[in-house]
Amino acid sequence: MKLSADKLCCARGGRPVVSELSFSLSSGDGMMLSGPNGSGKTTLLRAIAGFGEITGGELHLDSLKDTDELSQACLYIGHHNAIKPQLSVQENIDFWASFGGGDVAAALASFSLEPIKDVPASMLSAGQRRRVGLSRLALAKRPVWLLDEPATSLDKASTKTLSQLMQSYLDEGGILIAASHTDFDITLNKNLVLGDQGTAL
Amino acid sequence: MNEFMAVLRRDIKLAAAQGGGLGMAIGFFLIVVSLIPFGVGPDLNLLARVAPGILWIALLLSVLLSLDRLFQADYEDGSLEHLVVGRAPLEFIIVAKVLAHWITTGVPLIMATPILGFFLNLEPDAFGILVLTMLIGTPALNFVGAAGAALTVGIRRGGLLLSLIVLPLYVPILVFGVSAVQSSMLGPDGSMQTMMILAAFTLASAALAPIAAAAALRANLR
Repeated sequence: MKLSADKLCCARGGRPVVSELSFSLSSGDGMMLSGPNGSGKTTLLRAIAGFGEITGGELHLDSLKDTDELSQACLYIGHHNAIKPQLSVQENIDFWASFGGGDVAAALASFSLEPIKDVPASMLSAGQRRRVGLSRLALAKRPVWLLDEPATSLDKASTKTLSQLMQSYLDEGGILIAASHTDFDITLNKNLVLGDQGTAL
Repeated sequence: MNEFMAVLRRDIKLAAAQGGGLGMAIGFFLIVVSLIPFGVGPDLNLLARVAPGILWIALLLSVLLSLDRLFQADYEDGSLEHLVVGRAPLEFIIVAKVLAHWITTGVPLIMATPILGFFLNLEPDAFGILVLTMLIGTPALNFVGAAGAALTVGIRRGGLLLSLIVLPLYVPILVFGVSAVQSSMLGPDGSMQTMMILAAFTLASAALAPIAAAAALRANLR
């Protein structure tokens, strides 16, 4: 697997944010995306995930260029956790398993959610909600992970779990792009630093 | 198909768990209809004559009331992003959501209609045909409304804008829905043609509105 961008330009709501980015990641590569607030990290991740706006340049995953197929190969975890407060933790994960496929038991085990699986999601703390959101990483096997500030509101133990999950994913040959201000226990082998104008530094 | 059923089941479950949306729509329907006799006075003949129109208008306003939340919750909690890039085409997912919304709000509202018909001195003979026209015609209200809801999903307090977009589009459905009931009062078989036209509206909107709604949702995520 190889994910490559060639002079990629992205816009947010019609306003150009990211300009002329080029990178190339193959199986087992992890890329840390950093840069000041507003430098276009989220915009870039959303564009790769398939619901952003690509205004120029090219994005390839192997021979896949068509946005629909490319976006189905990606798993995007954004700022929101996609959790329904009226449903329990288990029901939430059940829905995503029936929608995208995957193993509910593995997802529950990944961030030790079993003790709270029957709790309505509206009763969860911010960190617990984040863990439910991140448990989707263990649910469906996708070749590319796009993580936008994945460690927000996680405690130390859960951040460690996340790091381990990322490490084993890379060992299995996954491609990972993470935008984060938190230091993980693992180091990603590539770095992309965005400047104020959304260009690579 | 799995994705379709998953979304349909989840939305029905959410509506049942939440409860508020349906109770509000039925309560609104009840209050609007019961206000009419106070406004026009206790003239039973007049009420019977305008009853089908009033019931239809009150019904479409009640449907509209709950429509603005159709995509909003998914948009706010981030689910929509995942629904958009799922394996099933977004258009299918939208049909599932609209169907779930119709089952959880449209059908209960229609079931409440005969009771409200008594308030307005509607002839009991017309109850059956009224319910039938509503069953045939209301899915069109939901589908057309879904396209409007998708357009206004990113706007806070988009409900009013949604009404401005959608209500003019409801005019043909209202005209044929009411005339089907009225022509059935004149004699048997009088309402067949109008029912067919109503069914055509529903089928056309079911085919076209999801495409429009999907395009609007994608544009709103950008």
